[in-house]
Amino acid sequence: MAYRFDFGAVFDYTPVLLKGIVVTTELIVFGALAGVAVGIACAWARTQGPRALRAPVTAYVELIRNTPFLIQLFFIFFGLPALGVSLSEIQAACLAMALNLGAYSSEIIRAGIVATHRGQFEAGASLAMSRMQVFRHVILTPALARIWPALSSQIVIVMLGSAVCSQISVEDVSFAAAFIQSRNFRAFEGYIVATLIYLAMALILRQLLRMLGRHWFGRSAR
Amino acid sequence: MKRRNLLKFAVLFAAVAISPAHADALADLNKAGVIKIAVPQDFPPFGSAGPDLKPVGYDIDVAKLIATKLGVKLELVPVGSANRVPFLQTNKVDLVISSMGKNAEREKVIDFSDAYAPFFNGVFGPANVMVTKVEQLAGKTVGVTRGSVEDIELSKIAPADASIKRYEDNNGTISAFLSGQTQLIATGNVIAAAIFARNPPKKPETKFLIKNSPCFIGLNKNEPALLAKVNDILAAAKKDGSLSAISQKWLGAALPADL
Repeated sequence: MAYRFDFGAVFDYTPVLLKGIVVTTELIVFGALAGVAVGIACAWARTQGPRALRAPVTAYVELIRNTPFLIQLFFIFFGLPALGVSLSEIQAACLAMALNLGAYSSEIIRAGIVATHRGQFEAGASLAMSRMQVFRHVILTPALARIWPALSSQIVIVMLGSAVCSQISVEDVSFAAAFIQSRNFRAFEGYIVATLIYLAMALILRQLLRMLGRHWFGRSAR
Repeated sequence: MKRRNLLKFAVLFAAVAISPAHADALADLNKAGVIKIAVPQDFPPFGSAGPDLKPVGYDIDVAKLIATKLGVKLELVPVGSANRVPFLQTNKVDLVISSMGKNAEREKVIDFSDAYAPFFNGVFGPANVMVTKVEQLAGKTVGVTRGSVEDIELSKIAPADASIKRYEDNNGTISAFLSGQTQLIATGNVIAAAIFARNPPKKPETKFLIKNSPCFIGLNKNEPALLAKVNDILAAAKKDGSLSAISQKWLGAALPADL
């Protein structure tokens, strides 16, 4: 074990790493917001929505949950241009992440909805609330409060999964590590730094989500 | 005892070292009526096994051309890239036509003819993207395989507002180019030829070179007659277009004018 560490060689590329952090942050902010929105819509469609919507939504959820994220990403980036839909690598990555998180989070949110007692729906209806009001106030909010920890975990998983977006030339943190490695062959140091960056980002994201949960749902979100 | 052994070795070594420099390889092979040429066996499109397991490729066609012009029979000797030069030094072959580039170490031990095949890294793209030099990459997207020679060199010379997209491997780079995610592709001319051969809607034409290291025919040192003859044949083949036809056949592009 005579390996000599040279982290200086990695920090020569600090601008690349900083850009990587910005890009990964953009990916997760957009991916999480759009993904959870898609998830809520799909959970609604599968539990309360019109019957005609259920089959296509179920097909989407199962398709995404049973295929690799990398393949979904390649399909969007390399495949769709053949149909005339050309997305930039950032757009393709955001779309893939939103679709992916949408499918997984819809199942998590659905579980929260299913766990809500029927009596609550009926109580809402008996107060002359519209179906949409019942869904929003009586069903969704307690459901989200119940599954918030699981949803937070899924968001962090998707954030870490965004590392594969470097495959379509998105210049995120993992791209930065691979780029540094290809320039000075300091693979070990480059990936150690990338690992620490991802670890820090995941911990910060988790903490942020916990604070949001407390803010929205009070003590019931643990 | 030890010293005598050493002396023997020295004499033996001197004899071996001198032997390649024999009288005149051109006269010898004319007398034998056959020329032995080392060609690649695993480096398409320059040389690989054809459907009937006989070698085919750019280098094989050049070997045939040389043998025909010399008026002798051709004996192809398939070689790998590591043993090309030893085959020549030990007189197992008369010429090496094996997509060999020139470098200082090789020039110490063998001679080189004029260039006979283009081998370069460059930027390629469809006809409607107007680029002839690196400055014009401004505002364009170029795909490249991360960490490749093209990536390193292009990153040094490309203007700041050129958008270089780096992919994991050649497949990613090629897919990005063919699907229109990048306007141009920076790669080797052999890979560009392979894309071209598949006849895609976007044909990669050469825009400009990044690094040029053409192929030369290798022969033993101190063979001025053979060297002159080979160079004459190459010069004539460049003039009458027969070398360009070989280039068109295997690399999908005519011979560059400055080769």
